[in-house]
Amino acid sequence: MYLTGASTFVHGVDTAFMVILGISFFFLIGITATIILFLVRYNKKKNPVPTQNPGSIKLEIIWTVIPLVLVMGMFYYGYVGWIPMKRIPDQGVQITANARMWSFSFRYENGRVSDKLYVPKDTAIILNLNAEDVLHSLYIPAFRVKEDMVPGLPNNRMWFQASKTGTYTIYCAEYCGLQHSYMYSDLVVMEPDEFWAWYADTTAVVLDIPEGADLALMGRQIVDRNGCLACHSLDGATVIGPTFLGRFGETVRVVTEGEEREIVYDEEYVRRSIYDPDYDITVGFRRGQMLSYEGMITPDEVDLIIEFLKSLNQ
Amino acid sequence: MSEENTQKHKSFLEYQGKYKGILGWILSTDHKRIGLLYLYTMLFFFSLAAIIGLLMKTQLIAPGHTIMGPQTYNSLFTLHGIIMIFIIVIPGLPAVFGNFFLPIMIGAKDVAFPRINLLSWWVYIIGIMIVLTSQFLGDGPPDTGWTFYAPYSFRTPTNVLPAVFGAFVMGFSSILTGINFVVTIHRMRAPGMSWLKMPLFPWTLYGTAWIQILATPVIGITLLLIIAERTLGIGFFDPALGGDPILYQHLFWIYSHPAVYIMILPAMGVISEVIPVFSRKGIYGYKAIVLSTMAIAFVGYFVWGHHMFTSGMSGRALYTFSFLTFLVAIPSAIKVFNWVATMHKGSIHMHTPFYWAVSFLFVFMIGGLSGLVLGSLATNVHLHDTHFVVAHFHFIVFGGTGFAFMSALHYWFPKMFGRKYDEVWANLGWGVFFMGFLSLYLPMFLLGMRGMPRRYYDYLPEFHGANIASSLGAWVMVAGILIIFANLIWSARHGKKTSEKNTWGGKTLEWQVDTPPSLENFDEIPTITKQPYDYSDHSEKLNQ
Repeated sequence: MYLTGASTFVHGVDTAFMVILGISFFFLIGITATIILFLVRYNKKKNPVPTQNPGSIKLEIIWTVIPLVLVMGMFYYGYVGWIPMKRIPDQGVQITANARMWSFSFRYENGRVSDKLYVPKDTAIILNLNAEDVLHSLYIPAFRVKEDMVPGLPNNRMWFQASKTGTYTIYCAEYCGLQHSYMYSDLVVMEPDEFWAWYADTTAVVLDIPEGADLALMGRQIVDRNGCLACHSLDGATVIGPTFLGRFGETVRVVTEGEEREIVYDEEYVRRSIYDPDYDITVGFRRGQMLSYEGMITPDEVDLIIEFLKSLNQ
Repeated sequence: MSEENTQKHKSFLEYQGKYKGILGWILSTDHKRIGLLYLYTMLFFFSLAAIIGLLMKTQLIAPGHTIMGPQTYNSLFTLHGIIMIFIIVIPGLPAVFGNFFLPIMIGAKDVAFPRINLLSWWVYIIGIMIVLTSQFLGDGPPDTGWTFYAPYSFRTPTNVLPAVFGAFVMGFSSILTGINFVVTIHRMRAPGMSWLKMPLFPWTLYGTAWIQILATPVIGITLLLIIAERTLGIGFFDPALGGDPILYQHLFWIYSHPAVYIMILPAMGVISEVIPVFSRKGIYGYKAIVLSTMAIAFVGYFVWGHHMFTSGMSGRALYTFSFLTFLVAIPSAIKVFNWVATMHKGSIHMHTPFYWAVSFLFVFMIGGLSGLVLGSLATNVHLHDTHFVVAHFHFIVFGGTGFAFMSALHYWFPKMFGRKYDEVWANLGWGVFFMGFLSLYLPMFLLGMRGMPRRYYDYLPEFHGANIASSLGAWVMVAGILIIFANLIWSARHGKKTSEKNTWGGKTLEWQVDTPPSLENFDEIPTITKQPYDYSDHSEKLNQ
């Protein structure tokens, strides 16, 4: 089939597709051909006098029963292809999938956090879904799976088992606001050995800054990875939040605990804005638009973001 | 005596009532004038929402920023949905052609409650005004989609409340029309018109009216709960306040799925009128069509859950809803078979309304069959919230209801305006529209199969090809709309006058009254003795 398929569900789902689409095309083509035939054969020129026929109970029964049987068949294949998705196994790699406007992040049992979903092939993967703000939906077309991520819903889970290595796209399928169409990530399926090596390599969690590295560039990568630019522009434009351009070191007007005040856009301000975004609200913007990035962006990473913000002044 | 006679035969367009000019229209309780008021309102808003759709498709012709930013795009698809659903297709055929032709087709002088009928239009207009204020006042136009899903609809800073309240108000218009039609059909049929001698368009209006009465209050309550939650902070749906977002989806679809049948049933009624007339043959399986109409109206209440297969409902609920969804497909299939059988051994006269009716069959089949793909659990999980769904419901709502609306407009146009339209231009408009329609929506099926989610401002390069075809199709389709509208608007003003009663050789009562009908439709209420589509004599010569 022309769709990529890389999970154990693909066979069942694609069989259901084949059955339903096959029957549908048969009827669509058959009925359309019949209509065209009638239009030609019973055109007023060829058939000036119509033959009346009020109907036939026999035919009505036939064309009720046959479609009924066929749709029951379709229901059956749809059921069979779907039921494995609902039977979540007890054993498997547990990963918490987090969604917020407008990015995904994945937390593994050993504490490793990643913006891409890395999974081993031929292993049951159980995703515990957690939406932090509004509805999202985790959709992997190549795996034929999708499940809504509902804030506050207990036991919001999905599972799958990859059958091919490779990189596939994960989309957010439920409309979630401004940058919905940019909320996607990669699913990387690895050979189990490779995956477990990646998994064990928690050194990656601790930030490793090589000698002579471009700190601003590293900051930019962190900004990109966390989806900051969905709301904060780099060109001075106002999106959801204030722009990053040319702000660092300036004096800005903010509302703090209901009081308007002037404050210097410094390192402390940036740090507080990331971990407690509602504390200082820049005048002209709304409270409650940004969630805290505590636990998602480390203090070391904040330092790099500050380097990046400084670089925007030059 | 003679003076009274001329007054009696004056068409409803010329009749001078209590008020002159525009007041003679917007304060008229004549069901025909009210029908036309709805028609003009809808054509205006349809044009607006079609332009919005065109802008959206133009934005999607290439990845990235083409002609607008994401906030504009999100507001536009919201407005497109609200206008098309709440202002156009839900009132749709019943409000325009139901108002105009239901009383005539059952041999009545007006609907049962003419003043309530006028009130319905006014409530509808007030609802529209309220919806429109959401675009201009407050913190920007709403960007939630027409579904107002919680909790996003509580979080967005945009001006959601007027849109929700406007939709709530329009619900009353729908309920009032429903009550009016049910009473009219029960109490005002001409002598001799037993239930099974009633034409099929009134039958579908009857089924629709019951859905309007029974289902609309659910959305009314739901929209009120949103308003209470947004203004008073009572947590019904927002989990941050202890509410349940899935409850919102249930309440929303308990109405909005039956609403799909509010949209499509009258369309099926129109097709059931047009096909026999242009085939010069009685409808095949009249009783089967009546039964299937009522079956759809009934089973349609129990399938809302198929909008929520990936929402996190229990497995048992999911397969029950899937099963019922397949059942509701059967009555539609029965209708298609009966329509096609009606053409068999007919004497087919190809005119514009019939072109629209036959193309309706084609697009409605695609819409219905793609609905089977979505009703099945395994395939739904893959396709839910993708462009496949967008293609599916445009084939049903626009392809189904829209094509039937065009068919009805071209079928009844001479009767309503007493003028003829140019058939060559009308057919050309149909052809261009049909081609544009197919190339606009067919590629969306492919996009959805390949995994492109809906409500997408931008997309990955792999989806580019099919989007180009779709966007170009939108331009072609709009060209078709322009031809059709230009032709009809010109013809309504300058077309060849006609007072011929029976333009197409129809058998139902509207073809026996004056063209255009007089104020009270009938000088004398006829007594019905025959089936509505009795072509057994076929003595009548064709009028051309």
